[in-house]
Amino acid sequence: MYSFTPTEEQQMLIDAVGRYAENDLRPAAREADEEAQLSRKLIEKGWELGVLQASLPGEYGGFGDYSAVTGVLAAEAMAYGDLSSTLAVMTPNLFVLPLLFSGTEEQKKNFIPDVIAAEWKPYSAALLEPDFNFDPHQLSTTAERVNDHFLLTGEKTMVPFAADAEAFVVYAKWEDKTQGFIVPADSEGLTAGENQRLLGVHALPLYNLTLDEVKITADRLLGGDDGHDFKPHLASSWIALSAMAVGVADAAFDYSRDYAKDREVFGVKVAQKQAIAFMLAEMATEIEAVRLLTWEAAWMIDERKEKAYQQAYLAINAAVDMVMTVTDCAVQILAGHGYIREHPVEMWMRNGRGFANFTGLAMV
Amino acid sequence: MISFEMPQPLKQTQNVVKTVAENMMRPISREMDENEHEIPWEYIKFMHTATKAMGGTSMAPEKESPEKAEKKEKRPSINYQNLMVMVEMLSWGDAGIYLCTPGGMLGSAAVAAAGTDDQKRRFLKRFQGDKPVFDAMAMTEPQAGSDTSAILTTAELDEETNEWILNGEKIFVTAGHKALIDSDGFIVVWASLDLDAGRAGIRSFVVEANTPGCKVTKLEEKLGIRASDTASVVLQDCRIPFANILGSPTIDKSTKGYKGAMETFDATRPIVAASALGVARASLEFVQEKLKEEGIEIRYGIPRQKLSSLEREVIEMEAQWRAAWLLTVKALWMADNKMTNAKVASMSKVKAGEVASKITQKAVELMGPIGYSRENLLEKWMRDAKINDIFEGTGQINKLVVARNILGYRGSQLR
Repeated sequence: MYSFTPTEEQQMLIDAVGRYAENDLRPAAREADEEAQLSRKLIEKGWELGVLQASLPGEYGGFGDYSAVTGVLAAEAMAYGDLSSTLAVMTPNLFVLPLLFSGTEEQKKNFIPDVIAAEWKPYSAALLEPDFNFDPHQLSTTAERVNDHFLLTGEKTMVPFAADAEAFVVYAKWEDKTQGFIVPADSEGLTAGENQRLLGVHALPLYNLTLDEVKITADRLLGGDDGHDFKPHLASSWIALSAMAVGVADAAFDYSRDYAKDREVFGVKVAQKQAIAFMLAEMATEIEAVRLLTWEAAWMIDERKEKAYQQAYLAINAAVDMVMTVTDCAVQILAGHGYIREHPVEMWMRNGRGFANFTGLAMV
Repeated sequence: MISFEMPQPLKQTQNVVKTVAENMMRPISREMDENEHEIPWEYIKFMHTATKAMGGTSMAPEKESPEKAEKKEKRPSINYQNLMVMVEMLSWGDAGIYLCTPGGMLGSAAVAAAGTDDQKRRFLKRFQGDKPVFDAMAMTEPQAGSDTSAILTTAELDEETNEWILNGEKIFVTAGHKALIDSDGFIVVWASLDLDAGRAGIRSFVVEANTPGCKVTKLEEKLGIRASDTASVVLQDCRIPFANILGSPTIDKSTKGYKGAMETFDATRPIVAASALGVARASLEFVQEKLKEEGIEIRYGIPRQKLSSLEREVIEMEAQWRAAWLLTVKALWMADNKMTNAKVASMSKVKAGEVASKITQKAVELMGPIGYSRENLLEKWMRDAKINDIFEGTGQINKLVVARNILGYRGSQLR
């Protein structure tokens, strides 16, 4: 049976996250972007909504079950408020979900509860590398097995909270496959660089991370001796990013629609001109289309459908183009005012471009 | 709960209709296209017999009477979703031949939506007979396409005989010839009770085959969907019984009647979207099969800068096709669940019309000489697909509907 109605529980979560996004994140977003600084209090408030905690079973300290669908619903609702804060609130997902997907029972029990039980702490992950031709399947960072440990070496980039992190999942090439390794932040040979300055998500602290023969015990390879399948990690990241792209695009759509209905031109409202009204209609259509693609991919992940990975890939491909177009249109509709930093649309446009480069920065 | 599981009955429909498409449509696809105005009788008779055997009379789901609806268990209806799959797969077979399917299309939908019980009996029963019967919607006029309020066909009441007298010219009547000449069918004619009343005066009327004063004057020659006839119909002092009017015969200030007629679009537009997606699906599958044959694999999951141009095109086609399909199924799921769906219905039509045009055009491009050749069907599908961005409201009209919807504007505020 097809259905497009969230469960009552999901709806309650969407509503709660939506209120947080609108009342807490949105009003703080501009200043956070200008100051390149997030309020810890705000992050903690988002964390207390319990999106991640509710997607983990009791044995690992959570109070629910994993659901990709619930995850994308929450991610979209939160990103509607502000992308930087959403990525920050959800940064521990990058550590916990790979464990949940691929960890051995022992790894899950050892590492997940500490993250879940506590207040928000910067548990993070490092996938991206500073190379234009970056390919998550062909990493430059390598893992070398030496007796009972691994040596990790390479250069990572855009690692959230790297300077203050408790621990990371670091992705490296091992036996020609991409594998995740649990790496404590105080490991020797691990160095976080300067806070990175990017086109968008200014408020999110992102760092380069250098690994120089970082030595970790062999039991820190996710999944144990044989490692794990990397695809579910990517699929999880793609749907999370697609959902957030929908949230950002929806914010830009609502804002520019309201502006167009308010602003006068030649004796009528801007929105009464077909040139603008059609842009808005296209934006709304594309947003809804990508939302449905994302939902379907998430549902396929939950149902363990064979083509879930492929569908998630289609979703992120569509999302990357959609969010760029929609946020660009929003700036265009506000025109001169859209270019001014008094309005948030230019920020959303800068953040929108990021989705093409955020692989591994979000997971649900 | 959000779910994308195709219900079992829909899967069955998909399989059954695919078999029909493969056996009854594809083999004559080229021939029908090359011989415009020929009628695919074999397909028509088969569909008529098949529909009758399944107990159906019309492709459009009937509105249930309240008692009947109550009796049924609470399981939500999937009739429109089922129709979507059917239309998609028939159009996958051949979009032109699909439009020749007997047994109630747009005209019946209008009768089913706005007709009284008596009218439904009088007009819809004929589809259950031994011979295939067609119906059609006559809306467009030479001077009025998208702007249906500008129609000039009039309906005047002769109080002595209690008949309506229709005068005017209708063009682009899909299946008009089959409804009026080739079968004992009917057309639903849009006409004005009072040209000064504007929209408020517009009503629709059922004109049956063999009614004096109603003539098919022309068959159009078209870019695509050539198996489907597109007729011009002239109404000259055409007299029909008073009881053939759909809706109220009196004009009040409200445009309720007009709006009511427009509401049938909320169901029919996603169905046109489904047809578009069927054609696009055929093209996309052709491309995918050809690539497979050549040993070219699409590398899903690698970063975009590493994709070949071909891979990127195919991935884009797949994603956009699926996105349009999901909008369409959502619109019809809403219709099945009696939710207001005007916005999503028009969104699906906008998106599917565009996507189908782009996919079929791209497929011809990607397949090179093979795509352009009339030896294959790709070039035909490209011609067929285009109609879906035009009829049942052009892409632009549907965009306008979406725009008014999201802006909360009336027609007077956003023209």
